[in-house]
Amino acid sequence: MTQSPMDQSPTDQRPTGQSALIVDDSKAMRSILRRIVAGLGFETTEAGHGQEALDHLEAATAIGRVPDLCLIDWNMPVMDGYTLITEIRKRPEWRNVTLMMVTTESEQGQIVRALAAGAHEYVIKPFTPDAIAEKLELLGLVSKGVLA
Amino acid sequence: MLRRARSLPIQKPVTMAPASFQLIAALVLRETSIVYEPRKEYLVEARLHPLAAQAGCADIDAYIQLVATDALERRKAIDALTINETSWFRDNAPYQAFTDTMLPELVTQRAARRHLTIWSAACSSGQEAYSIAMLLDQHLPAGWTADILATDVSTAMLARVEAGRYSQVEMNRGLPATHLVKYFTRVGAEFEIVPTLRRMVRTRHLNLAERFPAVGQYDVVLLRNVLIYFDQPTKHGILRRMHQHVAPGGYLLLGSSETTLDLPPDLNAMWEREQIGRVQAHRPAGSIAAPRPASSSISAALTGARP
Repeated sequence: MTQSPMDQSPTDQRPTGQSALIVDDSKAMRSILRRIVAGLGFETTEAGHGQEALDHLEAATAIGRVPDLCLIDWNMPVMDGYTLITEIRKRPEWRNVTLMMVTTESEQGQIVRALAAGAHEYVIKPFTPDAIAEKLELLGLVSKGVLA
Repeated sequence: MLRRARSLPIQKPVTMAPASFQLIAALVLRETSIVYEPRKEYLVEARLHPLAAQAGCADIDAYIQLVATDALERRKAIDALTINETSWFRDNAPYQAFTDTMLPELVTQRAARRHLTIWSAACSSGQEAYSIAMLLDQHLPAGWTADILATDVSTAMLARVEAGRYSQVEMNRGLPATHLVKYFTRVGAEFEIVPTLRRMVRTRHLNLAERFPAVGQYDVVLLRNVLIYFDQPTKHGILRRMHQHVAPGGYLLLGSSETTLDLPPDLNAMWEREQIGRVQAHRPAGSIAAPRPASSSISAALTGARP
């Protein structure tokens, strides 16, 4: 399992009690996303590919700490993000997990596929930190007060 | 500055050297926190190509070398790679108020003409006007039409609204993915608004600080986050002129941080304030005549709304 520290950057908001699993094979991208969502008050964990994310979700479920949010890259080794979403959506105990793709895939057909498979939102790389925050506000996971 | 990217053939072959891409990606990351990952070389080329041509560089690699040493070019390149700060459905609450309260009331009031008029004043690159167009497409009853006027002091911005094309970075800003799929088509490295919404929006050059030309009356005027840029006399002049352009029973929406508590008495008397959720709307005096219909009758007025 990839390391899973709480980010302690100076921009951190007060913890909201929510948690996010960041799934991306790029360590640099995981670090950027960790700083953004930790800054919005999420506790964060990370995985480098889809199978690692599933292992994490199983372990988290066993201790009753299923994440509120998964940020998922599409193209990863071992198991890609699209497959991960379809696997998550097979499990009723994970039905409340909000899934957001964060990927370089920008074809509309891919976006439609991801939404049909169960993704709630979709961010195309490159993105600004505000873009992530605004999408999480759309999803009801971040309030306007946190964004202000 | 004209910020309209040239349309490009889909997946034009990338010509820039990997080292150039790494250099510019590192620069953008350091200065803006925006991440350009590998596979986005074509996007960088699309954005920088016009600047490279302007600077007389033979190719993108030469331009990136120039960017590395010339602070002004660096600023221009970073601007081009990070446009724009405008969001779709910016602040959300005004759009919620529009959909839940203003639109149902206007549909009741304007039932005879079955047509609504909206003015996005200081429209910038058009996200506000097209966000409203999306809501009208979803919620306006069948058989109704709408006209959205988008004005700005910048002809470059108006050109962008007319083109209706937005970069990937811009598309991420507050636009639900379902709307991206429904209301845009991919054109090269950009996304273009669908013709049905494009036809709803017309543009016109207008400087709010000067006398308005004959622009007519509007059911909803969006004048958001622009008065803050004017001094008090100019701001008062705009609100005075704007009064005759908000139709009776219509709404004027300012930015969430903009206040009209400091108006002179005569101007203050022209407007009534109405709190709609988190939004304070301004209405021409005399507009708030009767209690709003119950929500059930609002729903009835909207039956026939498009799915």
